[in-house]
Amino acid sequence: MTTQTEFRYDDLPSLMTRMTGDEKHSTAATSTLDVVWVLYDRILSIDPRDPADPDRDRFFLSKGHGPMAYYAVLAAKGFILPDVLNTFATFDSPLGHHPDATLIPGVEFAAGSLGHGLPVAVGSSLALGINGSPARVFCLLGDAELDEGSNHEAIAFAGRYALDRLTVVVIDNNSSSHAWPGGIARRFEVEGWSTATVDGRDHNAIEHALGAAHAGSPRAVVAVVQGKY
Amino acid sequence: MGAVSQRERFAEVVSDLLDTDPAVAVVLADIGVGRFEEIGAVARHPDRVINVGIREQLMISVAGGLALGGLRAFVHSYTPFLIERPFEQIKLDLIHQGVGAVLVSIGASYDAAAEGRTHQSPGDIALLDTLPGFEIHVPGHADEVEVLLRHAATGTEPVYVRLTEAANRSAMPITPGRFHLVREGAVATVISVGPTLDAVLEATSDLDVTILYSATVRPFDRPALRNSISDDVVLVEPYLEGTSAAEVSAALLDRPHRLLSIGVPNGEYRHYGTPAEHEAAHGLDAVGIRRRILEFVGGDGRI
Repeated sequence: MTTQTEFRYDDLPSLMTRMTGDEKHSTAATSTLDVVWVLYDRILSIDPRDPADPDRDRFFLSKGHGPMAYYAVLAAKGFILPDVLNTFATFDSPLGHHPDATLIPGVEFAAGSLGHGLPVAVGSSLALGINGSPARVFCLLGDAELDEGSNHEAIAFAGRYALDRLTVVVIDNNSSSHAWPGGIARRFEVEGWSTATVDGRDHNAIEHALGAAHAGSPRAVVAVVQGKY
Repeated sequence: MGAVSQRERFAEVVSDLLDTDPAVAVVLADIGVGRFEEIGAVARHPDRVINVGIREQLMISVAGGLALGGLRAFVHSYTPFLIERPFEQIKLDLIHQGVGAVLVSIGASYDAAAEGRTHQSPGDIALLDTLPGFEIHVPGHADEVEVLLRHAATGTEPVYVRLTEAANRSAMPITPGRFHLVREGAVATVISVGPTLDAVLEATSDLDVTILYSATVRPFDRPALRNSISDDVVLVEPYLEGTSAAEVSAALLDRPHRLLSIGVPNGEYRHYGTPAEHEAAHGLDAVGIRRRILEFVGGDGRI
């Protein structure tokens, strides 16, 4: 688990306000808020004092747009100083509208263009296996991001390779133009993944779904939140 | 052609690297898998020879993930499927993540001439030139392939090694990153890249020109060019014409000079046939190279 700071979940809106300047936050940012919080608060084995620990769990935020919730959680958990949030999207800031792993301690993946995080997370999972590490890999996507074909190369391969150290969270805010016949979880199940669909605001349900055993197959958790407006 | 092809040597060398270096991995998209099976590398290292199936985007992304985990991935496919199809993955999942891999192509500009345009890739190096940081090697012989691959295995940077079915008769004593001085002359300096060397030597056998052999084009050995006698430069590249022209210009920025770029013209070619026919059509055979050099230097240029 991450280092405890004085910040709690209820403090995240004020941390986000440092970046957005007001109390109203875009749905792109808030759709991920609860899942990212639960990951960092209850699931991931990572330490901000040793962000390069080779056996740390990896978190790949593939849906990189609207990263304010992510940055707020990183600040709350001690990876970045809260004052850095005030520099959001300015020229010399490490915090842009899409995260850059080379600029922010604890960030594993430089995101922006959709459909890249999961395929790289597959490679990361393979590397950890080769290295004999116990670390797990978590990757967060958006439901519309699943439209990108590169994800389906990764979904099929991860199923065949039984990459059971890999867990994907799909934030489903019903924003895919053409959606998925039978639902998002079904798309993973046919490729041999273990799946669960949960309320994306229910912390206990998210924790339970992310913590469930899935030996022999990768895991996909669909976290349903309110749709875009 | 030597006894062993460039591609065969690639598989042998990387198989040996797999045996000796636990940080080496191979990522394939079906193409090339059979060769690694035949030499036993798949059986000996099933976890480090990874075939993703015909998924070239994933092939590059997996290499990026392996590199993030500290592994040195060798990624191999046919040129257009290694460089052009997954170009955004090269840009973002390698370069933008701050990691490297060794991309090893086969097919060059038109090895598979009869397959048509889909399998021809004269623009690969020009495309990689839009990204920062790539080392780019264009060996002309299997022995050079071994030198370059073992060099690439020791680093972490992005490397591209462009293999071809063509080969010069003899390997040059290359040092990665440096041009090799084949001979000196006064009328012009000819930079011959990789598999063009035999044709360049034939074309210039009686001409008073310096021959610089380049099996590494990025970084471009600017000091070697500056040390040559003539400021009339002929650049002979077996891919898109003028790909290294900006490098020549930068090397000789403070010196008046002239440049003739010989390579594959930028066109939508709809021809099949053989690589030799394509070389002749583009003026990349000895006859064509000689004709263009003589036109460039004026007179007959002879010693």
